[in-house]
Amino acid sequence: MSALADTLEGAGVVVCVGAGGVGKTTVSAALALGLAHGGARVAVITIDPARRLADALGVGPLGNEPQRVDLGGGDADGELWAMMLDAKLTFDELIGRLAPDAATREAILADPIYQQLSTAIGGAQEYTAMAKLYDLVTSGGFDVVVLDTAPSRNAMDFLNAPDRLLAFLEGRAVRTLLVPGGALARVGAGGAGMALRMLRRLLGVDLLGDVAVFLGEISGLLGAFAARSRAVRRLLDDPRTRCVVVTTPTSAAVREAEYLCGELRRSGLAVAGVVVNRVQPVDPAGADPARVSARLSPVLGEALARRVAERHAWLQQLARRDASSVERLRARLGNLPVATVADRAAAVHDLAGLALVERQLFGTVDQAELMRQP
Amino acid sequence: MTTAACDLIVVTGKGGVGKTTVAAALGLAQADRGRRVLIAEVAARTDVARAFGQRDGTGRPRTVAAGVDQLSIDPGRALEAYLRQQLPRMVAEVLARSRVFQPLTAAAPGLAELLSIGQAWDLTSAGHRRAYDVVILDAPAGGHGLALLGAPRTYARVARGGPIRRQAAAIDAMLRDRARTAIVAVATPETLAVNETVAIRAALEGELAMRLDAIVVNRLLPPPLRAADAAALREAPADPAITSALWLDVAARTQREELARLRRACGGVPVATLPRRFVDDLDDAALRDFAQRLRAAP
Repeated sequence: MSALADTLEGAGVVVCVGAGGVGKTTVSAALALGLAHGGARVAVITIDPARRLADALGVGPLGNEPQRVDLGGGDADGELWAMMLDAKLTFDELIGRLAPDAATREAILADPIYQQLSTAIGGAQEYTAMAKLYDLVTSGGFDVVVLDTAPSRNAMDFLNAPDRLLAFLEGRAVRTLLVPGGALARVGAGGAGMALRMLRRLLGVDLLGDVAVFLGEISGLLGAFAARSRAVRRLLDDPRTRCVVVTTPTSAAVREAEYLCGELRRSGLAVAGVVVNRVQPVDPAGADPARVSARLSPVLGEALARRVAERHAWLQQLARRDASSVERLRARLGNLPVATVADRAAAVHDLAGLALVERQLFGTVDQAELMRQP
Repeated sequence: MTTAACDLIVVTGKGGVGKTTVAAALGLAQADRGRRVLIAEVAARTDVARAFGQRDGTGRPRTVAAGVDQLSIDPGRALEAYLRQQLPRMVAEVLARSRVFQPLTAAAPGLAELLSIGQAWDLTSAGHRRAYDVVILDAPAGGHGLALLGAPRTYARVARGGPIRRQAAAIDAMLRDRARTAIVAVATPETLAVNETVAIRAALEGELAMRLDAIVVNRLLPPPLRAADAAALREAPADPAITSALWLDVAARTQREELARLRRACGGVPVATLPRRFVDDLDDAALRDFAQRLRAAP
């Protein structure tokens, strides 16, 4: 068993965090698969609209509820359930559940400000991901829920965006602006009126009014929203919730992964480890093109041997860079597990491919084996 | 590339495909033609400064190469910047101190995105400041990038008056004018990146009623070996170098298939390619090489 498997032991929630394009979705699915192979009943939530998880799991378009993935498997297996988050649908469902009556629900769903908020913009995607995570955890149907975070430039958004959304829904800022004694009052009553009028004129007359109407509609749900937010926060702070930081081995990505580990810990979350995805395995025999070419010439002929040696040298250049990136991470992160996934086994097209990633994460395949078998 | 004479070049694409590198290379290519270039990225992270070996944006344009300035646009602060520009100083100060901006921009449909793209637009020859011949917008990945492009129209529909609405309409008109704005999608020759590029094009030409002007395919591996050579390698005794060559060969073939699929699916859109480099961070020479290749591309 790998060190990462150890730190994930007993986890109830696993959140995969990292920059866009590093392979978070694949790693999430592979972690979920590994936990399922360990006997757990696992659900994995992905948020990505590109349907990467569907590709990786070899299943068709997923609904907004977890679907069972056929592991074709042994008796010791648990279960793997996968879903692709539909942010809009999840938000609509949430409104439906929290609204005190049908009229309020309909008014909110039809509000243009709500329609804006409930799509990809303004932290709603992150909020709905948390809402879905919370639902699946509290449903009691799963031992572990794995969450793949949204592809945003700021990898910490999954944590901060829901709070920003709540702050808006509570109308804190707008109240700051409008209440007697608020920011505007300090320029005097006349000044405040002037500032508001100017703001309204600049933004488009009805916009502030629209926001006020929407805040009125949503005000009846605020208590429930805030309670949910606190519950989600408690869930994230729970010691059974673990984060896994996913990165690639370029030096910029590795620096960012290191930074992320620090940010997550500062935010009070438990980091279970780092996964370095798409690593080139190092050839212990070295890759000097002249020597490789000389070694292979008798078998392949001079011209082909030269081309092979050239290609091996390219990849080994990357392999050395990758090895030093991983070393640097290990040195900086102390005893935090750093797992690697070989580039040649990182492109997943089916469940077998995903299982190869899983075996690397859970330490049941070694890099030398990957060096020998493409 | 077809982007040569544009005032605004929007660079979008899937996360992690090298948008920032391509934006930087396009910037150098434009500067080589003697144009004053601004590369604006919409993010808190300062990717472009990093590509030029520098760190940390300041909120103001800074020079990163001869003829190339860089600016980081923070969507959360874009409204504040706009108000400071538009309102009497004392009023703007009070509003700025009230910390009302971030939540308010989040609330108004497309406002944060509009003000972000508005900051870039303002620095083009169409804007008030006319500071640059061309602005290259390093847009966020996928859906967030599309949201940026759609924001002016969305906002113009929702807001029913005011100067921002008028500006939104002006920006929207510029985005739709192919003589002035080019939209470039960056991809890698991999299944998911190709899928997302095809989806971006469909969204652009569908709901947004815009056009994708060019695709840059980044990290293309060297051509595959001849079939006979590859067959000979498969017959040869096991050797790590042969494993490397075969793996690279399979990867190169898969890439060529994906590239062909992309060309088929995006028929009519010019495709330029940039080679995969087997080094770590791009140095200046590599970026200049990329710039040359993009200049030479159809």
